[in-house]
Amino acid sequence: MPEQEQKRIQKKGGGEAGDDAGQVTSSSKANELKEEMDDILDEIDSVLEENAEEFVKSYVQKGGE
Amino acid sequence: MAIPKVIGTETEYGIAAVGQPDFNPVLSSSMLISSYAGSLRRIRWDYEDESPLRDARGFEPVAGRELSDEDLGLANVILPNGARYYVDHAHPEYSTPECLSPRSLVIHDKAGERILERSLAIVAAEIPSSPALAIYRNNSDGKGNSYGTHENYLMDRATPFGDIVRDLTPFFVSRQIFTGAGKLGLEAQWDERGKHVFQLTQRADFFETEVGLETTLKRPIINTRDEPHADPERYRRLHVIVGDANLCEVALFLKLGTTSIVLKMIEDAFLPDFSLVNPVAAIHDVSRDVSLRTPVSLTDGRKMTALQLQWEYLELARKYVDREDDTQENREVVERWESVLRGLESDPRTLSAQLDWVAKLRLLEGYRERDGLAWSDAKLRAIDLQYHDVRRDRGLFHRLAHSGKVERLTTDEEVERAIMEPPEDTRAFFRGRCISKYPDAIAAASWDSLILDTGRDALQRIPMREPLRGTRAHVEELLDACEDAAALVDRLTG
Repeated sequence: MPEQEQKRIQKKGGGEAGDDAGQVTSSSKANELKEEMDDILDEIDSVLEENAEEFVKSYVQKGGE
Repeated sequence: MAIPKVIGTETEYGIAAVGQPDFNPVLSSSMLISSYAGSLRRIRWDYEDESPLRDARGFEPVAGRELSDEDLGLANVILPNGARYYVDHAHPEYSTPECLSPRSLVIHDKAGERILERSLAIVAAEIPSSPALAIYRNNSDGKGNSYGTHENYLMDRATPFGDIVRDLTPFFVSRQIFTGAGKLGLEAQWDERGKHVFQLTQRADFFETEVGLETTLKRPIINTRDEPHADPERYRRLHVIVGDANLCEVALFLKLGTTSIVLKMIEDAFLPDFSLVNPVAAIHDVSRDVSLRTPVSLTDGRKMTALQLQWEYLELARKYVDREDDTQENREVVERWESVLRGLESDPRTLSAQLDWVAKLRLLEGYRERDGLAWSDAKLRAIDLQYHDVRRDRGLFHRLAHSGKVERLTTDEEVERAIMEPPEDTRAFFRGRCISKYPDAIAAASWDSLILDTGRDALQRIPMREPLRGTRAHVEELLDACEDAAALVDRLTG
């Protein structure tokens, strides 16, 4: 996870001039929403199953109703 | 005149074993249910010491229990809240007790979700040999297999079934814009469109016909199962299989509330004809357009979007409620319905606290942008699945709720209470109280009967064919006066 964490921090820090340039024109409300969102996104990696990609591939449900 | 809408839901939960894809889902489902039911025995005894909430929350783990015969059979239990908890094919399924209002059903439906979560904790604590299980409140594995979330509505037998089909089908096609739980990917075999599209609903891909009896293949938009679980001369139980499992309480409340009002309008012949040219194509098209702009064709030549159709239903519902059914809860349904349609019209993203598909799409878009992922990335599929995890410390919906990003219509206390307490205003009260008070005398129970073994020669069957008889007002005094089941039988037959 550290690599991803670093990526996120960089993005947050350099957002205004770099990757997020497109965001500058959006409303401040959208930016607020985005900041709120970041907290939840940070949580996602900690609650996904280990090897989430493999896990979701093996998630098969047979029979029902 | 329309009859009161007694309603209930049946939810099949997805089940997985972490790190063990070849686990046995039937056995594991049974183990979850029998472990929970076993723990109830202790809860019930404590409950009689007048501390229902504390006892309902807690359970004492029994260290190192081995699998018993009970675990190995197909568990099927009736709970003190009047619900049924059982194994259906390869899933644990929870059927709520009968409720008389959408809000009451939201509480009981959510209590079911908590019971699944608690069952997981009990198994983990009591059966160390069990694989680590996970439970999902969704309707698809993303690989073409679906499992259902069914709604049930009591209807007047006198209403012609053809009227129900005609007036309800366009409603079901269009209600997807607020009932959908969202899904990344398309699963219909025939679909040539991109496989990595986000759509409004989990279920639309699996519907292939307009009307029929099937629930597992060639699924119909209107299901014709005729099993009223009540007096068949007077009642029909409309078995609705077309909906998604909702996590958001507002979406769930609206799904149940708007459908209840529409069904009353159908019973009172209040609706004009909105028949669609091709309902099956329309249900797919509406689900696959998150911009909500795709029009569907009506048989009268008009073309309308799902949103426009919903505005039509809403305006009629408002008139109907004003004239025929002016209750506080109906007014709340109409107000919330309008508010959600306005949000969908101006900017759906404003509804991320109310609608599942919006909340999920926002998570996926945020994560995708942050990490620069393609829509085809398996990580996004994992996030879609994790949204539905019933564990409050792991499920992404529950993490959103925990941080106040989801609007609640219930309180934790109400939901906790519904884990043990039946609704007071339907026959579920009688069923649930009998299970609590005379557990050893209940030989069998079903939706419309209880069979008591009082130790005499013959079993006594108590029919319950009227869903609105057996309420607290009807039977509380009677049950208080009967020490045991034999006394109850004497009073009922005397």
